[in-house]
Order: sequence, then structure tokens, then C-alpha cells
Amino acid sequence: MATRAVAELGKIFVRPRRWFLGLSKIRPCFSKSYHSANALESRTAGRTLYAPLQTFTEEEIMLKDTVAKFAQEQIAPLVRQMDEQSHMDESVIRGLFEQGLMGIEIEEQYGGSESNFFASILAIEELAKVDASVSVLCDIQNTLINTLLRKFGSEQQKRKYLPQLAKDMVGSFCLSEPEAGSDAFSLRTCAEKHEDYYIINGSKMWISNADYAGVFLVMANANQAASYRGITCFIVDQGTEGLQIGKKEDKLGIRASSTCAVNFDNVKVPESNILGQLGQGYKYAIGMLNEGRIGIAAQMVGLAQGCFDNTIPYLKQRVQFGKRIFDFQGMQHQISQVATQIEAARLLTYNAARLKETGKPFVKEACMAKYYSSEVAALASSKCIEWMGGVGYTKDYPIEKYYRDSKIGSIYEGTSNIQLNTIAKLIDQGF
Amino acid sequence: MKLLVAVKRVIDYSVKVRVRADGMGMVTDGVKHSMNPFCEIAVEEAVRMKEKKIASEIVVVTCGPKQCQETLRTALAMGADRGLHVEVSGADYESLGPLQVSKLLSAIVRKEDIKMVLVGKQAIDSDCNQTGQMTAALLDWPQGTFVSEVVQEGERLKVTREVDGGLETVSLKLPAVISSDLRLNEPRYATLPNIMKAKKKRIEVLTAEALGVSVASGLRVLRVQEPPRREAGVRVETPEQLVTKLREIGSI
Repeated sequence: MATRAVAELGKIFVRPRRWFLGLSKIRPCFSKSYHSANALESRTAGRTLYAPLQTFTEEEIMLKDTVAKFAQEQIAPLVRQMDEQSHMDESVIRGLFEQGLMGIEIEEQYGGSESNFFASILAIEELAKVDASVSVLCDIQNTLINTLLRKFGSEQQKRKYLPQLAKDMVGSFCLSEPEAGSDAFSLRTCAEKHEDYYIINGSKMWISNADYAGVFLVMANANQAASYRGITCFIVDQGTEGLQIGKKEDKLGIRASSTCAVNFDNVKVPESNILGQLGQGYKYAIGMLNEGRIGIAAQMVGLAQGCFDNTIPYLKQRVQFGKRIFDFQGMQHQISQVATQIEAARLLTYNAARLKETGKPFVKEACMAKYYSSEVAALASSKCIEWMGGVGYTKDYPIEKYYRDSKIGSIYEGTSNIQLNTIAKLIDQGF
Repeated sequence: MKLLVAVKRVIDYSVKVRVRADGMGMVTDGVKHSMNPFCEIAVEEAVRMKEKKIASEIVVVTCGPKQCQETLRTALAMGADRGLHVEVSGADYESLGPLQVSKLLSAIVRKEDIKMVLVGKQAIDSDCNQTGQMTAALLDWPQGTFVSEVVQEGERLKVTREVDGGLETVSLKLPAVISSDLRLNEPRYATLPNIMKAKKKRIEVLTAEALGVSVASGLRVLRVQEPPRREAGVRVETPEQLVTKLREIGSI
């Protein structure tokens, strides 16, 4: 009786219960078995056994599961519409805050979750499996904005901004300019000193989250004569006079993530709004972007995996020449290659994240992870479209969106070429 | 009022289950597990009762091997106050069924001065739907099963039950046992701050012996097998052909 009652009642309720409704749509997860952290401690006969990279703490496993569930239930139904309308649904932003995913590392005393960097990486990856736009919103907030404030903010700044950033305020990182992309430190936005305040003038380009940000971390040069050593990070509140959010870019991918021009027309900022020290902005920015790259790598790994997971069931269903697409050996080899590449990208990413977390040098590994994951995401999503054939090329399936979204990976937070430059530079230094 | 919620660790609902090579159970190694969804609903209801100040403390219990503590942590992250882990492993765990769990639960109820027990109406692995009923019987407490609404009215609970063809409302005297149905509530997600806080909550490990309960089972599994594969359908052109076909396979 009971089981039948469930079957009838299941159709009625509002919140999609995947555990019940989705049984017919079983999604075998490609890397679903993970282990608890105690492997690190296990020893046999005096020999230490080292834990594999995919070893998570209990909290990390719970976070990963809960984010995956949230993404499937609350974000997935909105993805297509958000992409079409180039608009992030408010419920998604609110949901991220409610889940504690916008202040992952922020200390409890400031209202944050007080978790670790690796947790952010897992959250970014899980979100990207469903929507790369939502993922980058979470990524920028955690790996750039919150980290900058936590590391360099004064106690007063932390007390003012961190609780809001953890609760309901999105932050935006303003570095790029029309004439300063990869060559970020040729930026022209300037801050002129007057008594106890600065006047900022200039324009920023391709600024993520600008549309709904409550606070902007702006890189501006306070001493043109000192070149990049004059670059300083200013905290600018939304609504400050002279701060204008410009045109929203009409983009190929991650369309639900807002990317705008931001103009500063005599924006008056008190001296107390300098983040960290005067003239240290370039250092902070480089430092943050080094960590941030691991986040983008995680986003690209998640994207590739999400695309792959959405493709394989179709290949097992679709029959041509009397057998399943998946059964052709030519297909199997391609699928296995892509699966291996995704796994390799994930291991590079996790390794970089663990290096960063344990305080070891990670810059080269972070560049490698970001560069490689972006390549893999582009390749995997392109292959998935080919494997799916005609339907992969249509908007009836999410595959083409993953393909469009993947391209940003080799562009933002340092292009692939810039990653390769940095890797080469570090190789050069090592010999 | 102190509440006891029993939760079970099961193979995750999204996993395609496979029968073990020996035909005596399911493949569980390397397979994703999570909290039984009906247990999640029971935990959620308890947490809501605590938020409404009806409950003073929520104790959450699970029976099984060490990995079951992950399930307790999830319940703690949803808002339960502390966990009890009755460690059962090996052959005892293989044969652990509703009767053994009910005995363990009633022993805990007596030890902990519990006023109300909440369980999921059934687990999605064994589909037994017996633990709530057996626990009530062993404790000689009233029971409300397949519950879609619980309202406290003084020393009684007004409980709405999902029954065939409609709803039944009953009034139970406390202490009582409740088993949750699908529509009792919509469980919350364990938020990250709460996951972090759950780390600091206490989990006490117990054994069946310490509780004075024998977990010996009188049941023996003979065979576990996959349901028959669904055959492909055939297309018919006319109603006459349909009738003929149905006759052929003996459906009419």
C-alpha cells in the first residue's frame, strides 16, 4: 500500500524531489566514490600510506553532496531560461547566500561558514556541472573578493564588509580596462589624492557581477609616476556618486553572468577605503589571481564533467546500425580519452588546491591546472556535441551551452597564453 | 520534550543498484550512500518542532558500521543536537532488520527519557516499512504512521495520516511514535555554516550489548535477483490487432 501511495502522491508536490521523481533518469556519476580523510592516518606495519588526491574530509563530502543537490534541484530548472535571457535569477543568488556558499572561508565571527579553500573548489566544481555562470559568481566572491578583504582588510573594513559579503552582498573585482587586459598593469584608471580622500577617474571593462554587486574592489593608480607601483586597491560602494555601471556585454557563453563596463567619473572615496597599503594593489591582484586560477580550473573541470554526464546516457540509448552509439569501438576510445583527460584535469586542480592550502608554492601548478582544464573543457564539450550528433547541436539538450560556456576558460583570469608564459618563466627559473 | 529520530544510511537514490555476484545482496563497495529520504523528512520535522520550541532536544540515532556516522553528521548539520551511533558490523549488520533496530531504539528510548520517536516510514533499500510500528509495539506506545502533518495539542498529538483514498486524522497520547510520509515537509539543505557547526556536535558510540539487546536475526536471505528486463513493445495498427495480440499473450 505504502509504495503505491507514494507513486500517486509524487506528482503533486512543488519542490522537485529528484530522489523520487528522477529514478528513471539515473545518472551514473563518473567519479562518485570518494573516501573519508582517515586514510592519511592509516599505517601498516610502520609504513605510512598516503591518501589519494580524491580524499575529502567529512565536511567536504557533505558540502559536495549538498551543493550537488542544491544545483540539481534549484538551479538546473532555470539554466536554459537564464542563458536565453542573459539574466541570473534572483532566487539563485539568494540560494547561494542561504547555503553559505558566498562566504565559504569567511570566519564565523564575521558571519561566514569558516570552511577552507578546498571546500570553495569543490563548491565551484559542483555548481559548474550544472551552470558555469552560477559557478563563476561563487568563484569570484570566494576566491577574489572575500580573500582580498580577509587578507588585507583592516579590522574596521572586515567588520563592515565581511558580514554583508557572507549574507547578501555580491562583490565585484575591477581590474581589466579597454587598454589593459593581459597587460593589466598598464591600467589608466587613476586616483588623485586630496586631503583625506581620493578622486577616482577611468573606465573598467569586462567586469563580472558588476550588475548586481554591492561593493567594488577597484584597482587604480594613485601615483602615475611610480608606474605599476602606484596601483592601489580601493573599496568603492555601490551607489557612490560618479560610479556608473555601463553596457552589459552580449556574450557567447556564461550569459547569465553579468559582464559590464564600469565607469568612474570623479568618484570620491575616503582614504580609509584603501584596501591594504597604498601602492600594493598590483601585488594583491597578482596574488589573488594566482589562487583564483585554481577556482577557474575547478569551474572548467565541473563544466567538462557536467557535459560528459549529460552526454553518456544518450549514447547508451541511441541505436544506429543496430547497436548503441556507445558500443562502437571508435566511440569507446574517444569517450575513454576524454574521460581520462577530465580526470587528469581534476587531479591537477585538486593538487594545486591542496598545495595552496598547505602553504606550499603553487603558482606553476595553478597555471597548469587552469590552462589544462580550460583546454579539456573545450575539447570535452566539443566532442560531446559530435557524439550526440544533430541533437547535440540543438538547444533541446544542454550540450551546446556547455560548449559555448567552455570558451571563457581560456580567456579570463589570465588567458591560456599568459598561463603558458608563467609556466615557462617558472621553468626557466628552476634551471 | 526530547525527541529521538532514527536515520538509516542507504545507497543513494540516484545510483543504479547492482546485485552482488553471489546473489545475496547489493553491491555497496565504492557506491555512493546517503541518508534515506524518508529519514530526512523525519529529521526535518524534528528540527521544525525544535524551532517552534515544541522539542527541547533532538537526539539522532543510527545503527550500522562506522561509515554510518556520515549520515549522523548530515542529520546534525540539518539541526539535530547530538548523535548516537549503535555500532553493528559484519554478519550482524548484514542481517540487521526492522525487529533488531526496533529493539535497539526502544532500549535507547528507555535510557534517554525520550517523549517522541520519529522515523521514516520506510527505507528505500529494503522497503520494509516496519521499524516504526515495531518500535511502538515494543514500547507499548501509540503510533501514527504515514504521517503528513503533526500538530501538538497539549499532551496529545493530532496526526494526519496518508491512507488509501484519503487522509485520516487521529489523536495520539504522548509519548508516541511517528513515521513520516512523503508530504510531511520538504527537508532543508544542510547549509555550509551548519555543516561546519555539526563537526563540533557530539556523537556517542554504543554497542548492542551495552544496550542489552541481541541483534540475532531469525531471517535468512535466500536469494537477491534483478527484476526481469523490460521487453521492447510492439506497434499495432488497428484495435482488432490489439485485441488479437492481447489474447495471444493471455492478457484478456
